[in-house]
Amino acid sequence: MNLLQPDASLRRRQALDRLFVALLVASAASGVVVLLLVLGYVIWRGAPALNPAFFTQRPLPYGEPGGGVAPAILGTLTMLAVASAIGIPIGIGAAVYLSEYGRGSFANVVRFVIDLLAGLPSIVVGVFVWALVVRQLVGNYSGIAGAVALAIIMIPIVTRTVEEILHLVPTTLREASLALGVPRWRTILFVVLPTARAGIITGVVLSLARAGGETAPLLLTALGNQFFSFDLTQPMAALPVQIYNYAVSPYEDWHTKAWGSALVLIGVIGTLSLVTRLAARGRTGR
Amino acid sequence: MVRHSEFTPSGDARSALAEPEPLGVRGHAMRTAQLSAWYGAQQAIDGISLPIAPNRITAIIGPSGCGKSTFIRCLNRMHEVTPGSPRVNGHVYLDEQEIYAPGVDPVRVRRLIGMVFQKPNPFPAMSIADNVVAGWRLVGGYRQKNLDEVVERCLREAALWDEVKDKLHQSGASLSGGQQQRLCIARALAVEPEVLLMDEPCSALDPVATFKIEDLMLRLKERYTIAIVTHNMQQAARISDYTAFLLAGDDRVGRLVEYGPTSEVFTNPRDRRAEDYITGRFG
Ligand SMILES: Nc1ncnc2c1ncn2[C@@H]1O[C@H](COP(=O)(O)OP(=O)(O)OP(=O)(O)O)[C@@H](O)[C@H]1O
Ligand SMILES: [Mg+2]
Repeated sequence: MNLLQPDASLRRRQALDRLFVALLVASAASGVVVLLLVLGYVIWRGAPALNPAFFTQRPLPYGEPGGGVAPAILGTLTMLAVASAIGIPIGIGAAVYLSEYGRGSFANVVRFVIDLLAGLPSIVVGVFVWALVVRQLVGNYSGIAGAVALAIIMIPIVTRTVEEILHLVPTTLREASLALGVPRWRTILFVVLPTARAGIITGVVLSLARAGGETAPLLLTALGNQFFSFDLTQPMAALPVQIYNYAVSPYEDWHTKAWGSALVLIGVIGTLSLVTRLAARGRTGR
Repeated sequence: MVRHSEFTPSGDARSALAEPEPLGVRGHAMRTAQLSAWYGAQQAIDGISLPIAPNRITAIIGPSGCGKSTFIRCLNRMHEVTPGSPRVNGHVYLDEQEIYAPGVDPVRVRRLIGMVFQKPNPFPAMSIADNVVAGWRLVGGYRQKNLDEVVERCLREAALWDEVKDKLHQSGASLSGGQQQRLCIARALAVEPEVLLMDEPCSALDPVATFKIEDLMLRLKERYTIAIVTHNMQQAARISDYTAFLLAGDDRVGRLVEYGPTSEVFTNPRDRRAEDYITGRFG
C-alpha cells in the first residue's frame, strides 16, 4: 500500500484551501477596486478643471473665467501645520504616558477620555471650538480656531495608534537600556521611540489625512476665505470648505471646480503622507 | 592601571555607591540579606541571604522556575522595572552599602552593576558598533572617550571582533543568536561596571562560543565581581569559585538550599536535594 497515496480527504482539504485563498484575494481586490473607482471618478470629473491657474490663483466670482484654489491649498497646509504642532506632541506625549507609565486609575480615565474624543462627531468639535475660540478668545472666525479644531481631531488618533505601537516594542529592549544605567526618560526618548518610529509615522500620517479632509468643523471655525491670507487671526481658506462652497452652488462650472478641488485635496494629502514617510526614512539611513 | 586580584574582605572595601572612584582598582563585594521578591501576590523568592565575593565567580544553579532570574535581577534593581507588579523586601549590599536604601539612585546602581540577560537583546535600530557603546551614547557625556577604541576593545574581550569587524555598521539584529549574546556582553563591558551579573549567558551558544565566554569570565574576574546563573553543571564546576543552589518548594517559592565553595558543593554537598540535582537525579 502506498502511504503517500492521495485520498478523498486530501482532495477536499485542497479544495477548501483554494476556496479560502480565493475569498481572501477577493476581499483584498474589492478594497483596491473601491479605491480605484473613487479615484478614477474624481479624476474623470475633476481633471477638466485643472490648469496652472487653478493652482496659483484665487477663486473668482461666478462668471469671470479662470481663477483657482491656491488660497485653499495654502490655508489647508497652514492649518495642518499649526494643528500638527499642537496635536502631534500632545498625542505622542499622551501615548508615551499611557504606554510607559500608565498603570493607575488616572491612566484609565485618560484612556477612556481619549476613546470618547476619538468617537466625538467632528461637528461637535467644531461647535465647541466655535464657542470657545471664535466667540470667546479671538472674537471672529480665524485660521487658529480651525487649527485648534483639527488638532483636537488629531490627538486621539495619534494617541491610540502610537500607544498600540509602543506596546509592541519588546520589554527586553527597555530592560537592556535600563540595565546599562540609562535613565528611564532617555530610554523612552532614544530607545523606545526610535524603535517604534515606523508605527509612529503611520499614526501621524493617518491623523493628518483625517484632519486634512475635515469640513464641518472648519465651516464653524476657519469659515473660508476667497483671498490669500496667512493671518491666523482672520478667516482662512481650506480645500474641504472650498469643495463644499463650489459643490452647493447652482453653477455647472463650479461643480467641475468642486471635483477639481477634490482631486487637489487627494493630491495634497497623498503628497503629505509620502513626504512624511520619506523624511522619516531619510533620517535613519546614515 | 594597577589591578589587585587578591580577595579583599568586604568590610574595608571602598564604597562604590558613595563616590565615584577609579574604576576597576579592586573588585567590590555584594551580599544579600533575607531577600524576598514577589510578582503581584505570588512570591518568587524567600529570605535569600547570600554573599557574592569580590573578584570571584559565584554560580547560581537550580531547576527552572526556582527564581534564579528573579534573584539576580534584584541585585541591580532590575526586578522593580519588570512588568507584573514587582515587589522586593530585604537587603542587598554593595560594599556594605544598601542599594535599596532611600535616596540611592537605581540608575547609578545599574551603572555599577551590569547585566547580561537570558535572551540576547541587542538594539535592532542600532548598528553593531553603536550597540557596543549604547551605554555611553544613551547616557551622554562621553565626549572625552574614544568610542571607536571602546568598540574594538569590548568586541575583542567578548570574542566577537573577528566575526564582525567588517560589518560594524550593519544592524545588531543581523547577527546569529550566539553572536547577539556576545554583542550584549560587549555592551555590558563597555560601560565598565564594577559587578557583572549574567543570566544564563551561554544558553544560546555553541560549545566554541561557550568556551570563549568562559575564558572571558575567568579573565574578567581579575577586575570584576561576577555572578552567573547557569543550567550547565559542568560550566558551574569549571568556572565558578562559589556555588549557590536555589530550589522552589511545592509553594513555588525559591529558597537558598546550599551555598559554599564550588569544589565542596559539587563533591560533598550537605543538602540531599542539592546532591540529587547536581548528580542529575532530578531537575
Ligand atoms: N514577569 C513575571 N510575572 C509574574 N510571574 C513571574 C514573572 N517572571 C517570573 N515569574 C515567576 O516567578 C518564578 C521564578 O521565575 P524566574 O524567571 O526567576 O525562574 P528561573 O529560575 O530564572 O527559571 P529559568 O531557569 O527557567 O530561567 C516562576 O514561577 C515564574 O513563573
Ligand atoms: Mg531564568
